[in-house]
Amino acid sequence: MPAKVVTITSGKGGVGKTTAVANLAVALAADGSKVVCIDGDIGLRNLDVIMGLENRIVYDIVDVIEGRCRLRQAMIRDKKLPELYLIPAAQTRDKNAVSPSDMNRLIKDLRPDFDFVLIDSPAGIERGFRNAIAAADRVLVITNPEVSAVRDADRVIGILEAEEKGPAALIINRLNPTLVKNNDMLSADDVLDLLAVELIGIVPEDESVIISSNRGAPVAYDTKSKAGQAFRNIARRLKGEQVPFLDLNHRGSVWDRIQRLAGRK
Amino acid sequence: MNETNSPIHIKGLRDGLLVSLDDAPWEEQLAALIAQIDAQPGFFQGARLALDVASQVLHVNEMVDLRDRLSERGIFLWAVISESPTTESTAQLLGLATRVSKPRPEESRQFSVEDLGEETALFLSRTLRSGTRIEFAGHVVVFGDVNPGAEIVAEGSVIIWGRLRGMVHAGSKGNRQAVIGALDLSPTQLRIGEEVAAALKPQDHPRPEVVRLDKDGKLQAETWKPA
Repeated sequence: MPAKVVTITSGKGGVGKTTAVANLAVALAADGSKVVCIDGDIGLRNLDVIMGLENRIVYDIVDVIEGRCRLRQAMIRDKKLPELYLIPAAQTRDKNAVSPSDMNRLIKDLRPDFDFVLIDSPAGIERGFRNAIAAADRVLVITNPEVSAVRDADRVIGILEAEEKGPAALIINRLNPTLVKNNDMLSADDVLDLLAVELIGIVPEDESVIISSNRGAPVAYDTKSKAGQAFRNIARRLKGEQVPFLDLNHRGSVWDRIQRLAGRK
Repeated sequence: MNETNSPIHIKGLRDGLLVSLDDAPWEEQLAALIAQIDAQPGFFQGARLALDVASQVLHVNEMVDLRDRLSERGIFLWAVISESPTTESTAQLLGLATRVSKPRPEESRQFSVEDLGEETALFLSRTLRSGTRIEFAGHVVVFGDVNPGAEIVAEGSVIIWGRLRGMVHAGSKGNRQAVIGALDLSPTQLRIGEEVAAALKPQDHPRPEVVRLDKDGKLQAETWKPA
Protein backbone atom coordinates (compact mmCIF):
# COMPACT_ATOMS: atom_id res chain seq x y z
CA MET A 1 0.00 0.00 0.00
CA PRO A 2 1.42 3.41 -0.87
CA ALA A 3 2.45 5.64 2.00
CA LYS A 4 0.16 8.07 3.74
CA VAL A 5 1.67 11.55 3.62
CA VAL A 6 1.07 13.51 6.81
CA THR A 7 2.17 17.12 7.23
CA ILE A 8 2.38 18.76 10.63
CA THR A 9 2.00 22.51 10.65
CA SER A 10 0.91 25.30 12.98
CA GLY A 11 1.26 28.82 11.65
CA LYS A 12 2.90 30.04 14.83
CA GLY A 13 6.45 29.01 15.65
CA GLY A 14 7.55 27.18 18.75
CA VAL A 15 4.36 25.27 19.45
CA GLY A 16 5.94 21.84 18.97
CA LYS A 17 5.75 20.88 15.27
CA THR A 18 9.21 19.36 15.13
CA THR A 19 8.83 17.59 18.46
CA ALA A 20 5.53 16.15 17.28
CA VAL A 21 7.00 14.91 13.99
CA ALA A 22 9.91 13.23 15.79
CA ASN A 23 7.64 11.60 18.33
CA LEU A 24 5.00 10.44 15.88
CA ALA A 25 7.75 9.04 13.65
CA VAL A 26 9.27 7.11 16.55
CA ALA A 27 5.87 5.89 17.76
CA LEU A 28 4.81 4.73 14.28
CA ALA A 29 8.14 3.05 13.54
CA ALA A 30 8.26 1.36 16.95
CA ASP A 31 4.83 -0.03 16.16
CA GLY A 32 6.10 -1.68 12.98
CA SER A 33 5.42 0.94 10.29
CA LYS A 34 8.01 2.01 7.73
CA VAL A 35 8.40 5.74 8.25
CA VAL A 36 10.37 8.50 6.61
CA CYS A 37 10.27 12.03 7.95
CA ILE A 38 11.20 15.08 5.96
CA ASP A 39 12.41 18.28 7.56
CA GLY A 40 10.69 21.01 5.55
CA ASP A 41 12.24 23.85 7.50
CA ILE A 42 15.03 24.62 5.07
CA GLY A 43 17.54 27.05 6.50
CA LEU A 44 16.51 26.37 10.10
CA ARG A 45 16.80 22.65 10.42
CA ASN A 46 15.97 21.07 13.79
CA LEU A 47 14.43 17.68 13.26
CA ASP A 48 17.82 15.98 12.98
CA VAL A 49 18.84 17.39 16.37
CA ILE A 50 15.70 16.22 18.13
CA MET A 51 16.07 12.77 16.57
CA GLY A 52 19.72 12.69 17.55
CA LEU A 53 20.94 12.24 13.97
CA GLU A 54 22.70 15.55 13.41
CA ASN A 55 26.20 14.12 13.13
CA ARG A 56 25.21 11.65 10.39
CA ILE A 57 24.09 14.19 7.81
CA VAL A 58 26.02 14.09 4.56
CA TYR A 59 23.41 15.04 1.99
CA ASP A 60 20.15 16.92 2.46
CA ILE A 61 16.85 17.50 0.68
CA VAL A 62 18.21 20.29 -1.53
CA ASP A 63 21.02 17.99 -2.69
CA VAL A 64 18.37 15.48 -3.77
CA ILE A 65 16.27 18.07 -5.55
CA GLU A 66 19.22 19.62 -7.31
CA GLY A 67 20.50 16.21 -8.32
CA ARG A 68 23.75 16.14 -6.35
CA CYS A 69 22.87 12.82 -4.77
CA ARG A 70 20.37 10.00 -5.04
CA LEU A 71 17.35 10.02 -2.77
CA ARG A 72 18.61 6.99 -0.82
CA GLN A 73 21.88 8.74 -0.06
CA ALA A 74 20.12 11.57 1.75
CA MET A 75 17.99 9.23 3.86
CA ILE A 76 19.49 8.77 7.31
CA ARG A 77 18.54 5.61 9.15
CA ASP A 78 17.56 6.04 12.80
CA LYS A 79 19.94 4.77 15.48
CA LYS A 80 17.42 2.48 17.15
CA LEU A 81 14.61 1.84 14.70
CA PRO A 82 15.72 0.27 11.41
CA GLU A 83 12.50 1.22 9.61
CA LEU A 84 12.74 4.93 10.44
CA TYR A 85 14.48 7.38 8.12
CA LEU A 86 15.07 11.11 8.07
CA ILE A 87 15.60 13.36 5.09
CA PRO A 88 17.22 16.44 6.63
CA ALA A 89 16.74 20.04 5.56
CA ALA A 90 19.59 22.09 4.16
CA GLN A 91 21.01 24.48 6.70
CA THR A 92 22.76 26.80 4.29
CA ARG A 93 19.90 27.46 1.86
CA ASP A 94 16.47 29.01 2.14
CA LYS A 95 12.92 27.91 1.41
CA ASN A 96 13.08 29.08 -2.20
CA ALA A 97 15.50 26.28 -3.01
CA VAL A 98 12.47 23.95 -3.10
CA SER A 99 9.18 24.32 -4.98
CA PRO A 100 5.87 22.56 -4.33
CA SER A 101 6.38 20.50 -7.50
CA ASP A 102 9.81 19.40 -6.25
CA MET A 103 8.13 18.18 -3.09
CA ASN A 104 5.44 16.35 -5.05
CA ARG A 105 8.09 14.58 -7.11
CA LEU A 106 10.17 13.64 -4.09
CA ILE A 107 7.15 12.25 -2.24
CA LYS A 108 6.06 10.32 -5.31
CA ASP A 109 9.40 8.51 -5.21
CA LEU A 110 9.02 7.75 -1.51
CA ARG A 111 5.39 6.59 -1.52
CA PRO A 112 5.86 3.00 -2.75
CA ASP A 113 8.47 2.10 -0.13
CA PHE A 114 6.92 3.43 3.08
CA ASP A 115 3.78 3.33 5.20
CA PHE A 116 4.08 6.91 6.39
CA VAL A 117 5.81 10.04 5.13
CA LEU A 118 5.81 12.70 7.86
CA ILE A 119 6.62 16.27 6.84
CA ASP A 120 7.72 18.88 9.34
CA SER A 121 6.47 22.26 8.15
CA PRO A 122 8.21 25.53 8.94
CA ALA A 123 6.30 28.20 10.84
CA GLY A 124 4.44 30.79 8.79
CA ILE A 125 2.17 30.54 5.76
CA GLU A 126 4.68 31.32 3.01
CA ARG A 127 6.69 29.24 0.57
CA GLY A 128 8.00 26.69 3.06
CA PHE A 129 4.49 26.01 4.34
CA ARG A 130 3.17 25.67 0.78
CA ASN A 131 5.95 23.18 0.04
CA ALA A 132 5.12 21.20 3.15
CA ILE A 133 1.41 20.85 2.37
CA ALA A 134 1.79 20.36 -1.40
CA ALA A 135 1.79 16.57 -1.30
CA ALA A 136 -0.03 15.97 1.99
CA ASP A 137 -2.87 13.47 2.19
CA ARG A 138 -3.58 14.57 5.71
CA VAL A 139 -2.63 17.72 7.59
CA LEU A 140 -2.28 17.85 11.36
CA VAL A 141 -2.44 21.34 12.81
CA ILE A 142 -0.72 21.65 16.16
CA THR A 143 -1.41 24.44 18.62
CA ASN A 144 -0.82 25.37 22.24
CA PRO A 145 -3.70 26.41 24.46
CA GLU A 146 -2.75 30.08 24.01
CA VAL A 147 -4.75 32.76 22.27
CA SER A 148 -2.03 33.70 19.77
CA ALA A 149 -1.26 30.10 18.77
CA VAL A 150 -4.95 29.31 18.37
CA ARG A 151 -5.48 32.34 16.17
CA ASP A 152 -2.64 31.27 13.85
CA ALA A 153 -4.00 27.73 13.80
CA ASP A 154 -7.37 29.15 12.76
CA ARG A 155 -5.75 31.00 9.87
CA VAL A 156 -3.88 27.89 8.74
CA ILE A 157 -7.06 25.81 8.88
CA GLY A 158 -8.75 28.45 6.72
CA ILE A 159 -5.96 28.21 4.13
CA LEU A 160 -6.10 24.41 4.14
CA GLU A 161 -9.84 24.56 3.53
CA ALA A 162 -9.29 26.94 0.62
CA GLU A 163 -6.59 24.69 -0.84
CA GLU A 164 -8.97 21.76 -0.52
CA LYS A 165 -6.49 19.81 1.56
CA GLY A 166 -9.29 17.97 3.31
CA PRO A 167 -10.34 18.47 6.90
CA ALA A 168 -7.37 19.19 9.16
CA ALA A 169 -7.01 17.35 12.45
CA LEU A 170 -5.88 19.14 15.59
CA ILE A 171 -3.21 18.36 18.17
CA ILE A 172 -3.33 20.47 21.31
CA ASN A 173 0.18 20.50 22.74
CA ARG A 174 1.47 21.50 26.17
CA LEU A 175 -1.84 21.51 27.97
CA ASN A 176 -1.38 22.05 31.69
CA PRO A 177 -4.37 20.52 33.50
CA THR A 178 -3.67 22.41 36.73
CA LEU A 179 -3.66 25.79 34.97
CA VAL A 180 -6.83 24.84 33.11
CA LYS A 181 -8.50 23.82 36.34
CA ASN A 182 -7.67 27.22 37.84
CA ASN A 183 -8.99 28.97 34.73
CA ASP A 184 -5.52 30.27 33.89
CA MET A 185 -5.26 28.44 30.57
CA LEU A 186 -7.59 27.77 27.67
CA SER A 187 -9.06 24.30 27.98
CA ALA A 188 -9.14 21.79 25.14
CA ASP A 189 -12.85 22.52 24.84
CA ASP A 190 -12.19 26.27 24.48
CA VAL A 191 -9.73 25.60 21.67
CA LEU A 192 -12.01 23.14 19.88
CA ASP A 193 -14.94 25.45 20.30
CA LEU A 194 -13.13 28.09 18.27
CA LEU A 195 -11.40 25.95 15.67
CA ALA A 196 -14.24 23.49 15.09
CA VAL A 197 -12.11 20.68 13.64
CA GLU A 198 -11.50 17.04 14.52
CA LEU A 199 -9.26 16.51 17.56
CA ILE A 200 -6.59 13.84 17.12
CA GLY A 201 -4.66 14.31 20.35
CA ILE A 202 -3.99 16.29 23.50
CA VAL A 203 -0.41 16.30 24.75
CA PRO A 204 0.08 17.41 28.35
CA GLU A 205 2.88 19.73 29.34
CA ASP A 206 5.73 17.50 30.45
CA GLU A 207 9.29 18.51 31.18
CA SER A 208 10.54 15.13 30.00
CA VAL A 209 9.77 16.36 26.45
CA ILE A 210 12.45 19.02 26.73
CA ILE A 211 14.92 16.71 28.43
CA SER A 212 14.52 14.00 25.82
CA SER A 213 14.63 16.49 22.91
CA ASN A 214 17.94 17.78 24.18
CA ARG A 215 19.23 14.21 24.42
CA GLY A 216 18.12 13.43 20.88
CA ALA A 217 15.83 10.60 22.03
CA PRO A 218 12.17 11.58 21.50
CA VAL A 219 9.89 11.19 24.49
CA ALA A 220 7.75 8.61 22.69
CA TYR A 221 10.39 6.05 23.75
CA ASP A 222 9.69 6.90 27.39
CA THR A 223 6.96 4.58 28.64
CA LYS A 224 6.56 6.53 31.89
CA SER A 225 5.95 9.92 30.29
CA LYS A 226 2.37 11.09 29.81
CA ALA A 227 3.41 13.15 26.80
CA GLY A 228 5.10 10.09 25.31
CA GLN A 229 1.88 8.13 25.83
CA ALA A 230 -0.13 10.92 24.20
CA PHE A 231 2.11 10.86 21.10
CA ARG A 232 1.89 7.06 20.90
CA ASN A 233 -1.89 7.36 21.03
CA ILE A 234 -1.90 9.91 18.20
CA ALA A 235 0.24 7.54 16.14
CA ARG A 236 -2.30 4.75 16.66
CA ARG A 237 -5.13 7.12 15.69
CA LEU A 238 -3.21 7.97 12.50
CA LYS A 239 -3.30 4.27 11.70
CA GLY A 240 -7.05 4.37 12.05
CA GLU A 241 -7.38 2.83 15.51
CA GLN A 242 -9.91 4.14 17.99
CA VAL A 243 -7.97 5.13 21.11
CA PRO A 244 -9.65 6.86 24.05
CA PHE A 245 -8.18 10.20 25.13
CA LEU A 246 -5.96 10.28 28.22
CA ASP A 247 -7.51 11.41 31.44
CA LEU A 248 -5.11 14.22 32.21
CA ASN A 249 -6.61 15.08 35.56
CA HIS A 250 -5.83 11.68 36.95
CA ARG A 251 -2.38 12.47 38.25
CA GLY A 252 -3.62 14.96 40.81
CA SER A 253 -2.49 15.17 44.42
CA VAL A 254 -3.22 12.50 46.98
CA TRP A 255 -5.96 14.72 48.35
CA ASP A 256 -7.51 14.93 44.85
CA ARG A 257 -7.51 11.20 44.59
CA ILE A 258 -9.10 10.78 48.03
CA GLN A 259 -11.76 13.28 47.06
CA ARG A 260 -12.35 11.48 43.79
CA LEU A 261 -12.61 8.15 45.58
CA ALA A 262 -15.02 9.72 48.01
CA GLY A 263 -17.07 10.79 45.01
CA ARG A 264 -16.68 14.48 45.69
CA LYS A 265 -15.09 15.39 42.37
CA MET B 1 -3.62 40.57 -22.47
CA ASN B 2 -5.74 38.88 -25.12
CA GLU B 3 -4.02 38.42 -28.41
CA THR B 4 -6.52 37.62 -31.10
CA ASN B 5 -4.16 35.59 -33.27
CA SER B 6 -2.87 33.48 -30.39
CA PRO B 7 -4.62 30.29 -29.27
CA ILE B 8 -3.83 31.30 -25.71
CA HIS B 9 -6.11 33.58 -23.75
CA ILE B 10 -5.03 35.08 -20.50
CA LYS B 11 -7.35 36.64 -18.00
CA GLY B 12 -6.72 38.09 -14.57
CA LEU B 13 -8.54 36.42 -11.71
CA ARG B 14 -8.92 37.61 -8.17
CA ASP B 15 -6.06 35.39 -7.11
CA GLY B 16 -3.88 34.94 -10.14
CA LEU B 17 -4.05 34.36 -13.87
CA LEU B 18 -6.35 32.09 -15.82
CA VAL B 19 -4.83 30.83 -19.04
CA SER B 20 -7.20 29.15 -21.48
CA LEU B 21 -5.95 26.83 -24.20
CA ASP B 22 -7.95 25.13 -26.94
CA ASP B 23 -7.94 21.65 -28.41
CA ALA B 24 -4.98 22.07 -30.77
CA PRO B 25 -2.21 19.48 -30.27
CA TRP B 26 -0.74 19.69 -26.77
CA GLU B 27 2.89 20.14 -27.84
CA GLU B 28 1.97 23.19 -29.93
CA GLN B 29 -0.08 24.67 -27.13
CA LEU B 30 2.64 24.12 -24.58
CA ALA B 31 5.27 25.60 -26.87
CA ALA B 32 3.06 28.64 -27.55
CA LEU B 33 2.41 29.13 -23.85
CA ILE B 34 6.08 28.89 -22.93
CA ALA B 35 6.97 31.24 -25.79
CA GLN B 36 4.45 33.76 -24.58
CA ILE B 37 5.78 33.54 -21.05
CA ASP B 38 9.36 33.91 -22.18
CA ALA B 39 8.37 36.94 -24.23
CA GLN B 40 7.04 38.70 -21.14
CA PRO B 41 8.91 37.24 -18.17
CA GLY B 42 8.19 40.30 -16.02
CA PHE B 43 4.45 39.87 -16.39
CA PHE B 44 4.43 36.21 -15.41
CA GLN B 45 7.17 36.18 -12.79
CA GLY B 46 5.76 35.05 -9.44
CA ALA B 47 2.26 34.53 -10.84
CA ARG B 48 -0.27 32.03 -9.59
CA LEU B 49 -1.52 30.31 -12.67
CA ALA B 50 -4.71 28.37 -13.35
CA LEU B 51 -4.77 26.58 -16.67
CA ASP B 52 -7.94 25.75 -18.59
CA VAL B 53 -6.97 23.01 -21.04
CA ALA B 54 -10.43 22.48 -22.59
CA SER B 55 -10.75 18.77 -23.48
CA GLN B 56 -7.03 18.00 -23.69
CA VAL B 57 -6.16 14.62 -22.18
CA LEU B 58 -3.10 15.07 -20.03
CA HIS B 59 -1.28 12.34 -18.17
CA VAL B 60 0.88 12.65 -15.13
CA ASN B 61 4.21 13.03 -16.92
CA GLU B 62 2.86 15.77 -19.19
CA MET B 63 1.40 17.70 -16.30
CA VAL B 64 4.52 17.30 -14.17
CA ASP B 65 6.57 18.51 -17.11
CA LEU B 66 4.26 21.50 -17.52
CA ARG B 67 4.42 22.34 -13.85
CA ASP B 68 8.19 22.07 -13.77
CA ARG B 69 8.61 24.26 -16.80
CA LEU B 70 6.37 26.87 -15.23
CA SER B 71 8.10 26.52 -11.90
CA GLU B 72 11.49 27.11 -13.58
CA ARG B 73 10.06 30.43 -14.76
CA GLY B 74 8.89 31.41 -11.31
CA ILE B 75 5.24 30.61 -11.99
CA PHE B 76 3.18 28.60 -9.55
CA LEU B 77 0.64 26.32 -11.21
CA TRP B 78 -2.17 25.76 -8.73
CA ALA B 79 -5.11 24.61 -10.83
CA VAL B 80 -5.82 22.74 -14.05
CA ILE B 81 -9.38 22.92 -15.33
CA SER B 82 -10.51 20.44 -17.92
CA GLU B 83 -13.56 18.82 -19.47
CA SER B 84 -11.63 15.56 -19.64
CA PRO B 85 -12.06 13.33 -16.58
CA THR B 86 -8.58 11.87 -17.15
CA THR B 87 -6.97 15.27 -17.01
CA GLU B 88 -9.02 16.19 -14.01
CA SER B 89 -7.97 13.10 -12.07
CA THR B 90 -4.34 13.70 -13.08
CA ALA B 91 -4.58 17.19 -11.65
CA GLN B 92 -6.10 15.86 -8.45
CA LEU B 93 -3.35 13.25 -8.22
CA LEU B 94 -0.78 16.03 -8.32
CA GLY B 95 -2.58 18.00 -5.68
CA LEU B 96 -3.77 20.72 -8.07
CA ALA B 97 -7.16 22.33 -7.81
CA THR B 98 -9.60 21.49 -10.60
CA ARG B 99 -11.81 24.49 -10.39
CA VAL B 100 -11.17 28.14 -9.72
CA SER B 101 -14.59 29.29 -8.63
CA LYS B 102 -13.92 28.59 -4.97
CA PRO B 103 -12.89 31.76 -3.21
CA ARG B 104 -9.67 31.77 -1.27
CA PRO B 105 -10.75 33.08 2.11
CA GLU B 106 -7.31 34.12 3.32
CA GLU B 107 -7.32 36.92 0.81
CA SER B 108 -9.27 40.11 0.93
CA ARG B 109 -12.46 40.08 -0.98
CA GLN B 110 -14.13 43.13 -2.37
CA PHE B 111 -17.55 42.73 -3.79
CA SER B 112 -18.80 45.36 -6.13
CA VAL B 113 -22.41 45.17 -7.05
CA GLU B 114 -23.74 47.46 -9.74
CA ASP B 115 -26.90 49.41 -9.01
CA LEU B 116 -27.01 48.58 -5.34
CA GLY B 117 -30.43 48.84 -3.87
CA GLU B 118 -30.72 49.81 -0.24
CA GLU B 119 -31.72 46.29 0.71
CA THR B 120 -28.80 44.47 -0.89
CA ALA B 121 -27.07 42.03 1.44
CA LEU B 122 -24.26 39.54 1.13
CA PHE B 123 -25.11 36.21 2.70
CA LEU B 124 -22.20 34.03 3.84
CA SER B 125 -22.98 30.57 5.15
CA ARG B 126 -19.68 29.59 6.72
CA THR B 127 -17.33 30.40 9.55
CA LEU B 128 -14.94 33.28 8.85
CA ARG B 129 -11.55 32.25 10.14
CA SER B 130 -8.60 34.41 11.11
CA GLY B 131 -7.14 36.29 8.14
CA THR B 132 -10.41 36.53 6.23
CA ARG B 133 -11.55 40.01 5.26
CA ILE B 134 -14.94 40.65 3.74
CA GLU B 135 -15.75 44.04 2.26
CA PHE B 136 -19.17 44.74 0.88
CA ALA B 137 -21.07 47.81 -0.29
CA GLY B 138 -24.27 46.77 1.45
CA HIS B 139 -25.40 44.67 4.39
CA VAL B 140 -23.64 41.47 5.41
CA VAL B 141 -25.27 38.43 6.98
CA VAL B 142 -23.11 35.58 8.26
CA PHE B 143 -24.63 32.24 9.13
CA GLY B 144 -21.65 30.96 11.15
CA ASP B 145 -19.00 32.33 13.47
CA VAL B 146 -16.64 35.26 12.94
CA ASN B 147 -13.40 34.17 14.58
CA PRO B 148 -10.76 36.45 16.11
CA GLY B 149 -8.58 37.87 13.34
CA ALA B 150 -11.41 37.91 10.78
CA GLU B 151 -12.79 41.27 9.59
CA ILE B 152 -16.03 42.40 8.03
CA VAL B 153 -16.33 45.88 6.57
CA ALA B 154 -19.82 46.72 5.33
CA GLU B 155 -21.40 49.94 4.16
CA GLY B 156 -24.65 48.76 5.71
CA SER B 157 -25.51 46.68 8.76
CA VAL B 158 -23.96 43.38 9.81
CA ILE B 159 -25.82 40.46 11.32
CA ILE B 160 -23.99 37.41 12.64
CA TRP B 161 -26.10 34.35 13.28
CA GLY B 162 -23.35 32.83 15.40
CA ARG B 163 -20.51 34.04 17.57
CA LEU B 164 -18.88 37.35 16.75
CA ARG B 165 -15.32 37.32 18.04
CA GLY B 166 -13.55 39.20 15.26
CA MET B 167 -13.80 42.80 14.02
CA VAL B 168 -16.88 44.27 12.40
CA HIS B 169 -17.17 47.72 10.85
CA ALA B 170 -20.74 48.61 9.91
CA GLY B 171 -21.64 51.80 8.06
CA SER B 172 -18.08 52.03 6.78
CA LYS B 173 -18.93 54.93 4.43
CA GLY B 174 -20.37 56.93 7.29
CA ASN B 175 -23.86 55.49 7.70
CA ARG B 176 -24.49 56.08 11.40
CA GLN B 177 -27.84 54.29 11.29
CA ALA B 178 -26.11 50.94 10.63
CA VAL B 179 -26.41 48.27 13.33
CA ILE B 180 -24.45 45.18 14.30
CA GLY B 181 -26.24 42.15 15.68
CA ALA B 182 -24.94 38.80 16.87
CA LEU B 183 -26.16 35.79 18.82
CA ASP B 184 -23.00 35.97 20.94
CA LEU B 185 -21.36 39.37 20.89
CA SER B 186 -17.74 39.01 22.03
CA PRO B 187 -15.87 40.97 19.35
CA THR B 188 -12.27 42.17 19.46
CA GLN B 189 -13.47 45.52 18.14
CA LEU B 190 -16.62 47.07 16.68
CA ARG B 191 -16.99 50.16 14.56
CA ILE B 192 -20.07 51.96 13.33
CA GLY B 193 -19.41 54.89 11.02
CA GLU B 194 -16.38 56.65 12.49
CA GLU B 195 -16.95 55.42 16.04
CA VAL B 196 -14.88 52.65 17.57
CA ALA B 197 -15.46 50.45 20.59
CA ALA B 198 -12.84 48.05 21.92
CA ALA B 199 -13.35 44.49 23.06
CA LEU B 200 -16.35 43.60 25.12
CA LYS B 201 -15.79 40.99 27.77
CA PRO B 202 -16.60 37.43 26.66
CA GLN B 203 -19.89 36.40 28.14
CA ASP B 204 -20.59 33.33 30.18
CA HIS B 205 -24.18 33.19 29.08
CA PRO B 206 -24.32 34.73 25.65
CA ARG B 207 -27.55 36.35 24.53
CA PRO B 208 -28.44 37.87 21.21
CA GLU B 209 -27.45 41.54 21.22
CA VAL B 210 -27.70 44.49 18.88
CA VAL B 211 -25.24 47.39 18.81
CA ARG B 212 -26.13 50.84 17.53
CA LEU B 213 -24.94 54.41 18.06
CA ASP B 214 -26.72 56.18 20.91
CA LYS B 215 -27.54 59.89 20.94
CA ASP B 216 -24.04 60.73 22.26
CA GLY B 217 -22.47 58.90 19.34
CA LYS B 218 -21.20 55.99 21.44
CA LEU B 219 -21.62 52.35 20.54
CA GLN B 220 -24.26 50.86 22.75
CA ALA B 221 -25.11 47.15 23.00
CA GLU B 222 -28.52 46.02 24.11
CA THR B 223 -30.00 42.60 24.55
CA TRP B 224 -32.36 41.65 21.78
CA LYS B 225 -35.99 41.50 22.85
CA PRO B 226 -38.90 40.35 20.76
CA ALA B 227 -40.65 43.47 19.54
